[in-house]
Amino acid sequence: MVDVTERPGHGEARRASLKRIDRGESVALVFTGRLDADGVARLWTQTLKAAAGARGRPLLYDLSAVSFCDTAGAALLVAAENTHGEPARLTGEAEGLDLLLERVRQALPPPRPGARASARRPAFHPLSLGLAAAAGGIAFLGETVVAGLLVPRRLRMLRPEDLFAVADQAGVRAMPLILLLGFLIGLILAFQSAVPMQAFGAVIYVANLVSISLFRELGPLLAAVILSGRTASAFAAEIGTMKVNEEIDALSTMGIDPVTMLVLPRMIAAVLVMPMLTIGLEIAGLAGMTVVMEIFGFPLAAIVRQVQGAARIGDFTGGLFKAVCFAAVVAAIGCNRGLTTGQGPRAVGVSTTAAVVGGIVATIALDGIFALIFYRLNL
Amino acid sequence: MSTAGAPIIRAEGVAQRFGANTIFRDVSFTVAQKEVFVILGGSGCGKSTLMRQLIGLLEPTAGHIEVLGHDMSRERRLVLPRIGVMFQSGALFGSMSLLENVMLPLEIFTNLPPPARAVVARTKLGLVGLADAADLPPAEVSGGMIKRAAIARALALDPPLLFLDEPAAGLDPITSAGLDKLILELRAALGVTFIVVTHELSSIMAIADRCIMLDRDAHGLIAEGVPQQLKAESKNPIVHAFFHREVL
Repeated sequence: MVDVTERPGHGEARRASLKRIDRGESVALVFTGRLDADGVARLWTQTLKAAAGARGRPLLYDLSAVSFCDTAGAALLVAAENTHGEPARLTGEAEGLDLLLERVRQALPPPRPGARASARRPAFHPLSLGLAAAAGGIAFLGETVVAGLLVPRRLRMLRPEDLFAVADQAGVRAMPLILLLGFLIGLILAFQSAVPMQAFGAVIYVANLVSISLFRELGPLLAAVILSGRTASAFAAEIGTMKVNEEIDALSTMGIDPVTMLVLPRMIAAVLVMPMLTIGLEIAGLAGMTVVMEIFGFPLAAIVRQVQGAARIGDFTGGLFKAVCFAAVVAAIGCNRGLTTGQGPRAVGVSTTAAVVGGIVATIALDGIFALIFYRLNL
Repeated sequence: MSTAGAPIIRAEGVAQRFGANTIFRDVSFTVAQKEVFVILGGSGCGKSTLMRQLIGLLEPTAGHIEVLGHDMSRERRLVLPRIGVMFQSGALFGSMSLLENVMLPLEIFTNLPPPARAVVARTKLGLVGLADAADLPPAEVSGGMIKRAAIARALALDPPLLFLDEPAAGLDPITSAGLDKLILELRAALGVTFIVVTHELSSIMAIADRCIMLDRDAHGLIAEGVPQQLKAESKNPIVHAFFHREVL
């Protein structure tokens, strides 16, 4: 580059090389060939070592045999000067190079003593990050409760069309996946249980096992996991994109509460559709179990009677109650992650991942708490 | 600025159509080495489309483009490592610091050791006046700094040819003037040829050695020459209105 591009007469000397000449009172570094990125890669260590070895004596650059030099080459020369500690003196013909070198000297000043060149990365403190997330979660919970209490005064902000759209997306469109997964879970669970229970002649009790598991645990839990993966992630991505695009700020400046307008409809929709999803999953699971039981020779009437005898209404309603709680928590986490999205293109992806992971972890933790409560209440 | 030297870009009879919609046709021009060449025109005239053709992102529906002596339709791969492009938004990678953005092409296309890459990248950032912001992510710097960093990244491999798409868009007049000054300084210091797509009149008058003007209704080139001459002498009413900021 610059005016030293391919000087005539140096066409053959393309490969960069360096020769160190010790002249007693000074040290000369004689460069030849092309000082471009390839040449610099070849000479980098050698040049800096030679410059460091010349400390205390004047450093001379002989660039008369350099056929080409770009900013990478100039950066090498300036880096060597910085290593040496004093600016080098140019010897020999170096048309155009002095100007480029001066530019690069200005662009790359010598490092200040004690200064450290390090990329600014936020420090990773798991405890403080966890505490900050917990504090953020509590603050969000407070905001949501307040927004819920103030709904009668802000009824216009709660748009029914948003609520129906979210309910359609989170409920109706999730139903095929719920039915498929429920059927497969029931089928697999029944088959895996039936094979060992056959040895004891207790295959009929597979109906007890599967129905109670589905009503009390698997139905609400799996529906919540699907809600996390499918719906909470969508909430985080939608609201996160709005945050990045400053749409949330626009709502706030218009005096519209983002929690009332964006969070409440999503939470209400999730809570409304969750019982339907849970029941769908449980019915599909029982259908899967029925297929296995019929393969093992049990008539449909016997299977139905066995399920009716095994499962209590409390198992079913308790499961639905858990499902509704899971839905509220999962939707809240998704919305909160969306509202706390940072800046930049990665932020929405990070929020979406956090929403899914947070939703699943919270669901399982909550399920553990419910298990303890139900046990203590003898439910 | 002298425009002597072999053409670095040669476009002959270039056209672009999207379905039945003709954006422009029969566009021909050459760009000399070390020129600041501006592609100008009103909104929707095809300035950015022409630039996308020149950098090989879009194949012209007709005509021939030669960049750095290579036919862009057949030898695009030979050209791409030798050109730098600054997109309108800057297109910096948000997950990397400014320094890492500039280091990326050096990491991929050169054998420089890591300390050398950092020094070369810091040099480029220093050239555009961003030495102190090297470790910041794009989200934490201003629009003008993003454009400067994008120029530094485009300069990473010392390309002889740099394309800038709307460098002044969205910038205040002072920052925009600073960017114009930077373009002229880089041309003087590094001998880079600049192709600038813009409709900012003050920028055009400040930096352009030559320019071409596209027009949406004419579906092609309506003027070519030195901007000051076009402003003073052009008889074309659209060109006259553009340079004198008049309503047609």
